[in-house]
Amino acid sequence: MSITVGIPQALLYYKYYPLWEGFLGGLGLEVVTSPATNRRILTAGVEAADNEICLPVKVFYGHVLSLKEKVDLLFIPRVVSVEEDAYTCPKFLGLPDMIRAVGDMPEVLDPIFNFRLGSRRVSRDVYSFAKRFTKHPAKVWRAWRHGVDEQRRYVAKLESGWTPVEVLSGKAPPEAKGDMTIGVVGHPYNIHDEYVSMNLVKRLRKMGARVVTSDMLPHRVVEAEANRLPKKLFWTYEKEIVGSAFYWMRSGTVDGMIYMLSFACGPDSLIQVLLEQEAKREGAPALMPLVIDEHSGEAGLVTRVEAFVDMLAWRLN
Amino acid sequence: MPVTWPHLGNLEIVLKDLITAAGQPYILPPKNTARTLQLGLRHSPEFACLPLKITIGNFIEALEAGADTLIMAGGIGPCRFGYYAQVQRAILNDLGYDFEMIVLEPPAMGWKLFVDTLKRIAPGKSLWEIAKAIKLAFRKGRAIDAVEREVLKYRAYERKKGATTKAYRAALNVLDEALFEKDAIDEAKEEALGLVYGVEKDVDRPVLKMGIVGEFYLLLEPFVNFDVEEYLGHSGVSIERSVYVSDWISPGNNNIIGGISEEEIKRAAAPYLNHFVGGEGQATVGHTVIYAGHGFDGVMQLFPFTCMPDTIAKSILPRVGRDFDIPILSLVIDEQTGKAGLITRLEAFLDLLWSRRMQREKRLLSV
Ligand code: SF4
Ligand code: SF4
Repeated sequence: MSITVGIPQALLYYKYYPLWEGFLGGLGLEVVTSPATNRRILTAGVEAADNEICLPVKVFYGHVLSLKEKVDLLFIPRVVSVEEDAYTCPKFLGLPDMIRAVGDMPEVLDPIFNFRLGSRRVSRDVYSFAKRFTKHPAKVWRAWRHGVDEQRRYVAKLESGWTPVEVLSGKAPPEAKGDMTIGVVGHPYNIHDEYVSMNLVKRLRKMGARVVTSDMLPHRVVEAEANRLPKKLFWTYEKEIVGSAFYWMRSGTVDGMIYMLSFACGPDSLIQVLLEQEAKREGAPALMPLVIDEHSGEAGLVTRVEAFVDMLAWRLN
Repeated sequence: MPVTWPHLGNLEIVLKDLITAAGQPYILPPKNTARTLQLGLRHSPEFACLPLKITIGNFIEALEAGADTLIMAGGIGPCRFGYYAQVQRAILNDLGYDFEMIVLEPPAMGWKLFVDTLKRIAPGKSLWEIAKAIKLAFRKGRAIDAVEREVLKYRAYERKKGATTKAYRAALNVLDEALFEKDAIDEAKEEALGLVYGVEKDVDRPVLKMGIVGEFYLLLEPFVNFDVEEYLGHSGVSIERSVYVSDWISPGNNNIIGGISEEEIKRAAAPYLNHFVGGEGQATVGHTVIYAGHGFDGVMQLFPFTCMPDTIAKSILPRVGRDFDIPILSLVIDEQTGKAGLITRLEAFLDLLWSRRMQREKRLLSV
């Protein structure tokens, strides 16, 4: 029987699942994911995690708990940094330790990914992580390449307008209709977790809007736009948020933007100010912040989103 | 062009000297009050961490008082502090204030930028003069911290309630007034320590030993922590604290004041939090482990609501508490926190610590 390793369907799953799955699969492990977020998972997460933590990390706890009886190992890498001069979010730096502190967990695999130290160092860390599963460096290399190829295909699909959920489930997005385009800005683990976002993307499409999200823009576009700030941001995923919003504001390719952020999100609490100021400029598309936490009700969200879409439709006519 | 900077505990005593040595006039922001907080709340993003809100309040009040050059520290992340200045500038610009902001970024962002910024703060001074002034400032800063450390440790033993606080104020005054010269600072330090040591003590009194860990701003600024340290001292608690101003300003300097080196802290934290997470996250865990190992009665963690590094630490501390069998009280502070509620929780915690102490002593006597 092969060893099973669990990947929670939360947080950076939405960013790197194909890479991780390809890599771990290539090492001969059987990858098991948790089901899509549901009420049970959310409730379990909210109960287990510290009250002050942001919603997506609470959701992550819930996914871990739903996996823990089913797997031999848990894969919770320490994703410190994915590019040379920026970090991810502090929460990702401490995530494996936070999960261990819950107690009574399967063994947590926490390889470090820290591109601030250069890609040579990253490959060294990858090899030393994989050592316990195979003695053959060539196999590690093939597994990693396999993951990287999968990841490339994944990103290309995202850039062509598929959402992460669509790519990962192999279901093509519905034909884009409507003459209104809405940009949805925010962390993919909020926007694309359909339970957490209360189906925001589908809902907007049903209201007749085309939807684009931050992860559909190529990294270099986002990077260039974000670097218009007087000081470079040191959080990669916030660069993606700021960069996509700036891009849409400047290019005018969307009619309005919805900025979904989790209550108590550290980086977003600061970014929000910069985005809102930029959106106040003449001619910029409207920006509506949508703050979510575990108490957000569906009714409230629907009302706000509908009002926003109505307002945009009214502007367009 | 009067310069200003936000309040942070005793930091202003050295900054006043430093800015004067740089040849600049300065205006201190008015003391932190409810108004400072209100202003900060009104103009800051809702779930930004508390230090951002209060320092915005400081800047607004200092600008009202006539300052026009704001000095702020920068940073390279991953905690939010490194981006504060950018957001503060945007908010204050939006409010229509006319000012210049000088952000002192750490050398890690480039030595040239660092040196250029120092020269903007001290126009016309040579690098050598600047370096000398900074060295002196650290000397004074460490003197202040050394005094504070003694105060925290021995307040619990004072015979006359309030005597230590009085001596502490006098000691700070001596240091504040000392000339900005090596010998003068050293002499002032002796005198200041003498004042604190001179407080009459009851050394036989049973006291609790508590470690205080957490986020630097909350630990160092009495306005936001309601001066819990004084309260604890008066309640018979001798304190050791993880962060001091001079340690915080010169990270990597092996924690001269706290007395515990960064290496040691990392090693102690590793089984529980095996990576830095920005801010004081890892230090909070590491210090707790060390304090627990030294047989302290309890540890208190203080940090602002939404603070990322210390929230991570809070999630992990219960495991440390279980392993070492030491009570840990995590206090999360936000703008709604009131002193009364805080004291109630502390009282309950102290009761717990005392009863554990009694039990332990009983056990020891019965064998
Ligand atoms: S970026 Fe924000 S929402 Fe995401 S983990 Fe960090 S604090 Fe939470
Ligand atoms: S350490 Fe915490 S409270 Fe302090 S600036 Fe960083 S995130 Fe904010």
